[in-house]
Amino acid sequence: MAEALATVARVDGLGMILIRADLARAGDAIAEAAGLAIPEPTRIVSDGSRSLGWMSPDELLLILPAGEVAAALADLQQALVGEHALVADVSDLRAVFDLTGAKPDQVLSKLCPVDFGAFPKDGLRRTRAAQTAVAFWRQGKGFRVIGMRSTADYLGLILQNAAIPGSDLDPR
Amino acid sequence: MSQSRPFRLPKGGRLIDRAYQLPFRFDGRHLRGLEGDTLASALLANGQLMMGRSFKYHRPRGPVASGAEEPNALFGLGQGGRFEPNQRATTTALVQGMILRSQNCWPSLDADVGEINNWLSPMLPAGFYYKTFIHPRPFWKHLFEPIIRRSAGLGRAPTDPDPDRYEQAYDFADVVVVGGGIAGLKAALAAAKGRRRVLVLEQSPNWGGRTPVDHKGGEAEIEALLAELRAKKTVTLRRNTMATGLYDHGYLLAREALADHDPNAGIPRQRLWRIRAGQVITATGALERPLAFSGNDVPGVMLASAVRDFIVDYGVALGQRVVVVTNNDDAYRTALVAADAGLEVAAVLDARVQAEGELVQAVRARNIPVLTNTAIAKVKGSRQVEGVSICDQSGDGHVTGGIDCDVVAMSGGWSPVVHLWSHCGGKLIWDEAQAMFRPDPDRPPLGADGKGNVTAVGAAAGDLRAAGDLERDEGQTQPVWVMPAQAPYKLRAKMWLDYQNDVKVTDVELAAREGYASVEHTKRYTTLGMATDQGKVSNINGLAILSKALDQPIPATGTTTFRPPYTPLTLGTIAADARGDAFQPLRKTPMHDWHARNGAHWEPVGLWRRAYAYPKGGEDVHAAVAREVLAVRNSVGLLDASTLGKILVKGPDAGRFLDMIYTGMMSSLPVGKCRYGLVCSENGFLSDDGVVARLSDDTWLCHTTTGGADRIHAHMEDWLQCEWWDWQVYTANATEQYAQVAVAGPKARELLQRLPGTIDVSPEALPFMAWAEGELAGIPARIYRISFSGELSFELAVPAGRGLELWEALHQAGRDLGVTAYGTEAMHILRAEKGYIMIGDESDGTVIPQDLGLGWAISKKKPDYIGKRAQARSHMIDGNRWRLVGLESLDGRMIPDGAYAVDAGENANGQKKMQGRVTSTYHSPTLNRPIAMGLVRHGPERMGQVIDFPTPSGETIRARIVDPVFYDKEGGRLNG
Amino acid sequence: MLTLTCPYCGIRAEETELAPGGEAHLKRIGPAGSDEDFEAYMFARANPKGVHFERWRHAYGCGKWFLAARDTATLQVYATYKAQTPAPTDEVIAAITAARPDWTFRP
Repeated sequence: MAEALATVARVDGLGMILIRADLARAGDAIAEAAGLAIPEPTRIVSDGSRSLGWMSPDELLLILPAGEVAAALADLQQALVGEHALVADVSDLRAVFDLTGAKPDQVLSKLCPVDFGAFPKDGLRRTRAAQTAVAFWRQGKGFRVIGMRSTADYLGLILQNAAIPGSDLDPR
Repeated sequence: MSQSRPFRLPKGGRLIDRAYQLPFRFDGRHLRGLEGDTLASALLANGQLMMGRSFKYHRPRGPVASGAEEPNALFGLGQGGRFEPNQRATTTALVQGMILRSQNCWPSLDADVGEINNWLSPMLPAGFYYKTFIHPRPFWKHLFEPIIRRSAGLGRAPTDPDPDRYEQAYDFADVVVVGGGIAGLKAALAAAKGRRRVLVLEQSPNWGGRTPVDHKGGEAEIEALLAELRAKKTVTLRRNTMATGLYDHGYLLAREALADHDPNAGIPRQRLWRIRAGQVITATGALERPLAFSGNDVPGVMLASAVRDFIVDYGVALGQRVVVVTNNDDAYRTALVAADAGLEVAAVLDARVQAEGELVQAVRARNIPVLTNTAIAKVKGSRQVEGVSICDQSGDGHVTGGIDCDVVAMSGGWSPVVHLWSHCGGKLIWDEAQAMFRPDPDRPPLGADGKGNVTAVGAAAGDLRAAGDLERDEGQTQPVWVMPAQAPYKLRAKMWLDYQNDVKVTDVELAAREGYASVEHTKRYTTLGMATDQGKVSNINGLAILSKALDQPIPATGTTTFRPPYTPLTLGTIAADARGDAFQPLRKTPMHDWHARNGAHWEPVGLWRRAYAYPKGGEDVHAAVAREVLAVRNSVGLLDASTLGKILVKGPDAGRFLDMIYTGMMSSLPVGKCRYGLVCSENGFLSDDGVVARLSDDTWLCHTTTGGADRIHAHMEDWLQCEWWDWQVYTANATEQYAQVAVAGPKARELLQRLPGTIDVSPEALPFMAWAEGELAGIPARIYRISFSGELSFELAVPAGRGLELWEALHQAGRDLGVTAYGTEAMHILRAEKGYIMIGDESDGTVIPQDLGLGWAISKKKPDYIGKRAQARSHMIDGNRWRLVGLESLDGRMIPDGAYAVDAGENANGQKKMQGRVTSTYHSPTLNRPIAMGLVRHGPERMGQVIDFPTPSGETIRARIVDPVFYDKEGGRLNG
Repeated sequence: MLTLTCPYCGIRAEETELAPGGEAHLKRIGPAGSDEDFEAYMFARANPKGVHFERWRHAYGCGKWFLAARDTATLQVYATYKAQTPAPTDEVIAAITAARPDWTFRP
C-alpha cells in the first residue's frame, strides 16, 4: 500500500494575536514588542517558537505559544499606546493543521488555486481550500494550515481526503 | 451473428499484448479480448460488428471511427453504482471482467422492436415531432409527451450512488500543449526553453497521435521526442488526460483518468485538473470526415483512418475484402495498410477526376484497381456490408457496376479539431484549398493582457501532413459533399450526416426549404450535431449541405458554436470531493458535540448547525420545544448563542462610523453599556440587528445575527475601505473567538451566583443593558445583561476553547434549579411571545425598520446613516405600508406561516387584493394558544379588526389584529 | 474564469478567491440629495460592452476592496488599482487608451 501524500495532524496550544495598524508608522514598535521583524507583504517571519505573518496591508498575525499570549498582548498594547491600532487575542478563533510527509504541497494543490511552483519559501498565502478560507505557510518540510475553528472538521476531512495513498499528482 | 467475418489478424497490433487475455461480458455473452484492447477492438476481434442502434430509426450500427469522435459504439458499462451509460467503445480501455450492455434496443441488439422506426423513416423527417404532436392540444400532455419521454434519452441513468472517488487539482504552467502527437511534442520541445514550465496533455494512453500509424519510423521518432522531453525538469507529460474546455484568461479544464482501469485501486477514479495556462498550444489534430453516400451507415462502413488504426494498433480487421472510397490521397494509406495486413483490397474509388499523387502510385503499383471519378451509388447489405454498387461521381447515381466487399473505408477529407480554440473566442477561416475550417492565426482567443494566448499547430492548424510521410507529395483534396454529385432524393434520403441522431442529407435540405437559414436554427430543428458526440464527424458535412441548399458559400453559413466539454465529463469530477461530510463546510460551535450527545434535533442556519430542540426520552420535538420554553419562563434555560456575530470596531472614528452603520446612535453609548441596533442597506431595507456593547473609549463590540456575521463585517469593511477611507477605524471579525451562552429565566441570576467568579451580577452592579467582565468558573468571561426572551437574561462570552467547560459547569451548578438547554425553536417562540422581531422572518429585504414599529431604534438627531435617504422616499413614508401587528386567530387554529390576508376587490390582473401576511406563527406554550405576527396595511391603526387568511385547503382562518407583544407587556420579567 | 491581480498584496487571484462588487466610482448621495440623484446613485448602472470599471474584493485573501478597469467583451484587464481612488487615474486611462485608442473616458 502506498503511503499517504502527507500526514494531517491537528495542532493545539498555539496562541494568536491579531494586529491591525499602519505598518509604515507603527512597524518598528510592533517588531520590537513581538520580537520579530515585520514581514514583507504575503510573507511570514519566524524565529523559534514565534512567527509573524503578513495578512493584509494593515494586518499582522502573531503566532506564539499559548502561554505567552497574555504577556505579548500587554507588550503590544504598551508599544502601541497613542497609535491607532487594534490588538486582539484570537487564539481560539482558528483551527491549525500541520501537513508533514512526502508531498504536502500536492495535498494543498488539490484544494487551493495556488501555484506551488512559484510559492516563496517564506510565503504566507491566504486563499480558499475547497469551500473554506485558509492561510498556510511552510513549516519545516511541510506546511502549516490555519482555518476557522467552526469548520475544523471539514478542513481536516478535505485535507485527509486529498492525502489518500496512491493519489499523488505525479505524471503516470 | 457470424463469428467468421471480422477477426484478429495473426500478427500486428502495436498496442496489444497477445500474452494477456482479458475475459469480459457483452450482453450476457462471455468474450475475451487482449491487454491493450479498447472495447471496440475487442468486440471486433470477437466478430461483433454491430455495436448499437441509432437513436431515432434504430438502425444497426457499427463503429465508424477509432477515437473520441465515435458516434455509434456507445455502451452501458459496469453495474450498480458503477453503471455508466454512453461509454465510447473506441476510447474505453478493456478491463478484465468488464460488463457491457448495448443501448437503445429492445429486447436485444439483434432483434430490436424499435427498428420499425427505420421502415417508417420516410414518415419521420426532421421537425416531425414539432409538426405532428400539436393537435388536439390536450393530447400533448396526456398522450404524446409521456410516450415521447419514454423513448427519449440515450442510455439509462444509473440509479445507485457512485461508489468511486473523484478529485480535483490545480496546476499552473507557462505553456500547456494539448495533444501528444508529433506536432504537440515538437511544440513542447520548442517551448521548453529556460525556466518556462511546459505541460503536455494527451487524451489517450498512448503518445504519438497518428504518427506511429501513418509514418514509417513514426514510433521511433515519437520515442525520441519523448525521451528528450522527459529529460527536462520543466516539462510535465500527462497521458489519459483529456482537455475538455478552455475558458477565460487561460483557464483550462482537463480530465485525467487514474483508475478507470482498476476500480478497486482505492484511489480517485478520475481527476479534474483546473489549469491556469500562460499560453495554450492546441495540437489536437484533425478528424476524418465521412462521405455522404447512400447506405454510409451500414456496419462495415468506417472512416479510412479508423480501418487502418484497428489493423495497425490492435491487429483487428473489419473484414476480408476492402473497398476504399475517397476524395483525397490520405485514404490510400488504408489501402496500403490493408494490403500489407494480407487483406484483399478490391478497389480504391476516387471521386476526383485525377489521382496521381505518390500514395496513389504506390497503390497502383500493388495492382490495386484505382477508379477515378467514381462514387458509391449504394451500399449493399443492411446489418453488414455485402458490397457496393458504383457510379460516376459527376452523375446522378446511374449504376455502372458492383463490387463485392465487406469493408468500405471512406474518407471525405479532414477537419482540424478546433474546439479548444473556439471555446474561448478564437475565430476560424474557411480554407478552400483543403475544404476545411481552420483557426485564423490573426484572430486567436485573447488573454488577460489582450494578446492572443492560444496557438494552433500541426493538423489542428490545418497542416494535415504534420503526421504523414513528409517526403510524399499528396494530391489535392476535392470537396465532395454528396456522392454522387447529382444524387436523386431516394439516394440522399439514405445518406447519413449525424449517425447518432439519424440526421440525413434530406433532413438538412428540408430545414433549408422550410426557412431555417441560420446554421444554429438548422442544428436545433434537425438535431444535427446535438448528440453525445456533438457532431464531431457530422458538423462540416452538414453545414456544407446547408450551404448548398441555401445556395451560398460555406463561410457565409459558418459553423455552430463549439462548446465545452470536448467529450462528456463525468459529473463525479465536477462534484469531486464535495460529497458526504465534505459536501459543504458545516460550521460547528464549541458545544456542538454536547448537543449531539444530548439528542439535538438540528436546524441549519446558514452553514451552521444549531440545536433546534433536545427531545428527551420518548418526547417528540414539539413536546421538547414546549418543555424548553416553559423552563425558561419558570426557572432557567441555557442557549448556545456562539453563532452570533461578534465584530470589534476600534479607533478614533469608530463612534462616528457606527453612527453611519446603525440607524441608532452608538457614539453616545456609555462604556460598560449595551444598545440594540439596526443595520440597513443603502436602499433603506433592514439588513441585520443585534446588541452593541461599548468596551472602551474607542472600542465597540457589535453583535450580529447568526447569518449576519460575515456579511455585516464585509459591509463595514466596504464602507470603510471604499467610502470613508480617511476615517481611523479598524474592524475585526472575532465571532469564532468566543463561545456564547444565553442564561435566561427567573433563576438565571441565582445560577450565575452559584459559580465562583469575580463578576458581580447583582441588579445594582449589572443592570439591564450593561456588561461586565472578569472570571466565571475560572474562565475569563464577559457578561452582557441582555434579553431576547423577555426574561431575566445574561449572555456569557468566554474563549471558544473553554465554551464547553462553561456550558457543563452551568448545567452542573443548576441541576436542582431545573436548568434546561433550549434550542433555536424555543428561542424563536420566546421572542415571538414578546413581539421581538427576527431578521429573516419579520424582515425579508423589502421591510424597513419603520414597518416593524422600530422607530425608537432610529435616531432622529443624526444627519445621516446608511439607508436614511432611501427611507425618505415617498412610498416609504406615505403611510400605506404594511406594518407589524400581532394576529390572534378567532377559532384557536394556527394561521399558516406566510399566509396572506385578502382584501376586497381585485388588482389589474384580476387577482384578489392583499392587505397583509403572516411573518411568524407559533403555538405558545406559555399562553397555551397560537400566536402570530404579521405585516398588515395600516395595521397598528386597526387594532381589534378581523381579517381573513384563506388557506390552501380552501378554508379561511379569521384573525384579529392585536398588539404584537403577547406576554408581559410591562416588561417586568426582564428584572427577574 | 477571470484572474485579477490584487493591487494590495500582489496576488494574482482567480475569480473564486474574489467577491464582485458592481460598478466602481459611484458617488454616494446622502440625505440631502434629490430623488433623481438618489435614484441614479442607487439603481442606474452602466452596462457597457467594452471598457468597464468594477469593484472587487480579495475576499479569500487580504480582504481589501480594489477596482478593475476591464473590457467586458474581450475580458482584457487594463488595470487593477486601489479602492481609494475616486476616479480612474491618468495611468489607468492611459492603459485603456493604449489598447483602445477609440475609447474616451466619460466620468
